[in-house]
Amino acid sequence: MHELGIAQNIIEIVQDQTKNFSNRKIKNVFVKVGKLTNVLNDSLLFGYDALIIGTNLEGSKLSIETVSAKIRCESCGSESMIDGLAFYCERCQSTSVKLISGMELTVSEIEIED
Amino acid sequence: MSVITVERKVLAKNDVIANENRSAFKRNKNFVINLLSSPGSGKTSLVEKTIEFCKSKIKIAVIEGDVQTDLDAQRIDKLGVPVAQIVTNGGCHLEANLVKDALHSLNTADTELLIIENVGNLVCPAGYDLGEDFKVVVLSVTEGDDKPLKYPAMFRNASVLVINKIDLLPYLKCSIDELKKNALSINPSLKVFETSCTTGKGIDSWCGWIQSNLQSK
Repeated sequence: MHELGIAQNIIEIVQDQTKNFSNRKIKNVFVKVGKLTNVLNDSLLFGYDALIIGTNLEGSKLSIETVSAKIRCESCGSESMIDGLAFYCERCQSTSVKLISGMELTVSEIEIED
Repeated sequence: MSVITVERKVLAKNDVIANENRSAFKRNKNFVINLLSSPGSGKTSLVEKTIEFCKSKIKIAVIEGDVQTDLDAQRIDKLGVPVAQIVTNGGCHLEANLVKDALHSLNTADTELLIIENVGNLVCPAGYDLGEDFKVVVLSVTEGDDKPLKYPAMFRNASVLVINKIDLLPYLKCSIDELKKNALSINPSLKVFETSCTTGKGIDSWCGWIQSNLQSK
């Protein structure tokens, strides 16, 4: 259910960033969602589409880029993707690892009509 | 078509308020823990036991977060500790602004330990900073030893794991070793406590950890 609140935050960011372009139509909003954020894309899209009705974002499309989870090993320095669970280095098996991607939740770009 | 590059964090607004809360906590020397778990793991019982064990030594205040009712606040109130209830009316987690509002009804200048009991949910609350010192996840053995693997974000974001209801272990298939192994595979730096709020076992170690953190404030 927290996707609705996240969609509302996205809309507020877009409105803030486009306030100087109020006569131009917003076409696309690009967001990055990390795999470990527990955000369901379908729920986020549903919330976005419901909340933009009656706003200056009505008719715009939310495009979600899913960012995979990646770790860097603090022992051997190698980087590897993780599939949800294994927070250890694939190369040397060390559990001393740093999460370097997978927690993103950002609005990256907004496309507006000229 | 023109493109505006934004790169703005979606939850930036929450993070700003969480940092304001953090500054206020630092000013008042409050040690703040954010208790997270699924519904029914025994969070409120753990808060009660913590109060009973520490009340004579530590000034405690509690913020209770629930989807509905002030039943939990009533339980804490009976122990004579200041408590503020946040009712989210369907909201599945606490956000920093709700905590900020709740702070108005508590005298945090005269508080050493502030316990925030989040809404029962192993998913959403993990992503929201409230300004706390530590996220503490409570997992009861009745929920099964596989839960850390099923809800990795929660166990990854927490600093402390309290395994509760250990008095029930003889009646369950849950293996506490397996549970710990699973939790530590997600987050090797988790500090782990084992408690029973029915028998009181382990409450002394848990409260000892709280007291040692208070001393370093």
